[in-house]
Amino acid sequence: MSTHLSALYTELVIEHDKRPLHAGLREPFEAEVHHVNPTCGDEITLRLHLSEDGAERIEDVSYDAVGCAMSRASASIMADLLIGHGVEEVEPVRTHFEQAIGSRGRIEGDEELIGDGVALMGAAKFPARVKCVLMPWKAYQAALVETRALRG
Amino acid sequence: MSAATRPFDVDAIRADFPILQRMLDPETPMIYLDGGATSQRPQQVIDAEVAYLTHDHAAVKRGAHRMAGAATDAYEDSRERLAAFLGAPSAQEIVFTKNATEALNLVARSLGDGDTSTPERLRVREGDEILVTEMEHHANLVPWQELARRTGARLRWIPMAEDFTLDLTDLDSLLTERTKVLAFTHQSNVLGTVNPVGRLVEAARAVGALTVLDAAQSAPHMPFDLAALGVDFAALSGHKMLGPTGIGALWGRYELLEAMPPFLTGGSMIETVTMEASTFAEPPARFEAGTPPISQAVGLAAACDYLDALGMEQIAAHEQALTLRAIDGLSGIDGVRIIGPAASPQRTGAVAFGVAGRHPHDVGQVLDSYGIEVRVGHHCAWPLHRRFGLHGTTRASFSVHTTDAEVDALVDGVARTVEFFGALS
Repeated sequence: MSTHLSALYTELVIEHDKRPLHAGLREPFEAEVHHVNPTCGDEITLRLHLSEDGAERIEDVSYDAVGCAMSRASASIMADLLIGHGVEEVEPVRTHFEQAIGSRGRIEGDEELIGDGVALMGAAKFPARVKCVLMPWKAYQAALVETRALRG
Repeated sequence: MSAATRPFDVDAIRADFPILQRMLDPETPMIYLDGGATSQRPQQVIDAEVAYLTHDHAAVKRGAHRMAGAATDAYEDSRERLAAFLGAPSAQEIVFTKNATEALNLVARSLGDGDTSTPERLRVREGDEILVTEMEHHANLVPWQELARRTGARLRWIPMAEDFTLDLTDLDSLLTERTKVLAFTHQSNVLGTVNPVGRLVEAARAVGALTVLDAAQSAPHMPFDLAALGVDFAALSGHKMLGPTGIGALWGRYELLEAMPPFLTGGSMIETVTMEASTFAEPPARFEAGTPPISQAVGLAAACDYLDALGMEQIAAHEQALTLRAIDGLSGIDGVRIIGPAASPQRTGAVAFGVAGRHPHDVGQVLDSYGIEVRVGHHCAWPLHRRFGLHGTTRASFSVHTTDAEVDALVDGVARTVEFFGALS
């Protein structure tokens, strides 16, 4: 097996793909978004539930993801990183993750910030796979915008 | 079409394609099995473009200088060459476009753009019907959806049968007096299925419907004779037939092209222009607005020369043998399912398959690590995949330069891919 391949399909990626955390669509939620990767047909439906107290605590991120191992693992890792934290609190996590995955491998990924997300960084060197990994994160962002719009 | 003038020697053919020498990394030679997406080009095609650009280039059909004449000759000779390759009665029936997608859009747009001076047969309007098939590439589906949306016509489709062929059971009720157009692919870009052109054309003619053939996948891979096919329009892409990108063609019966309104407008396609209005040139110029892809046309003509020298019969036989070998090998791997008809003469060199429990993106990624370049995803035929409950497939497609050893490497690579993921889970 090539070293690139083992960097991509890490044990953690395979584990999250096989036994994804927080998978399935749940209630309650404020916004539900559906994102598609038109080049490969991967799809994710994602629901976001924020606390009602104005603190914008992420009470739940639930999702149904159909796609490759990278996109499914990314959804699982993301949901686990987000749930239970404030939107503002996880903003540096999201920003760092997106920067690192888009860096073609120049930024390694800080485990302190993005936890299991570092296991996805093998994809950074495969431009075709970056989109797979980013799809759930883009869905979360869209759901956040929608939720905030709903709450005015 | 013309008789082959060189023996079908795969080693000699491979020597014509410089890119096949490329290494993906120091240990990994490239095995290119994605000709269905875009073909590689032989040195003869590359040289033809270079020769034109280093000797004859100028703007075509304008200017009195000798260079303009040389460029125009090169461009028009290329039209003649493609007409001969396709068996078209006249080169004036060949419209150069950007690709097959643009050729299909040209027809779909023009059919919705007529006025009272346009023959009824060439005007799609509210109450009319457009018939396509469920196996179409998006290029031969979306333009018809849009034509239906613009005109209020109804889009209908011939469904697919479980055996990956068209289900023609209800053809008589799908094709009615209201049907203005039947658009279908000659050969599925995913399944390799070759459609029964004769039967479909006969049925369409019986109700007075125009026939539009997507020949992007067939023209490079089998003997192709427009006169025998009997369709009214056909579309193809240069880059899928060993030629350059940026050039394709629409063939249409002259009497139809002559009565159709233009698609893109501007320079080169006019007869007279005043500040108020314009009149348009005769075909094919009417449909070639602006400066055309000239060196690409020259490259496409060289690709026709290359294919004809090998002989389309021999090419078809070569790719057929590779297809059978691939189907045979892949079918023997646990968890691999061929998405397409069983091996038969009615099937060509696109072999799509699924690996149980594995997304095609992951399969393609592992195959790439072995140097095997295949296409993954829905291959611009999303409805077809949805029909069979699939999110995507992995597709290998074969070309003149593909060898038995490469097919064996594919089969071995897929077996190793199954093992790779099996070991991880």
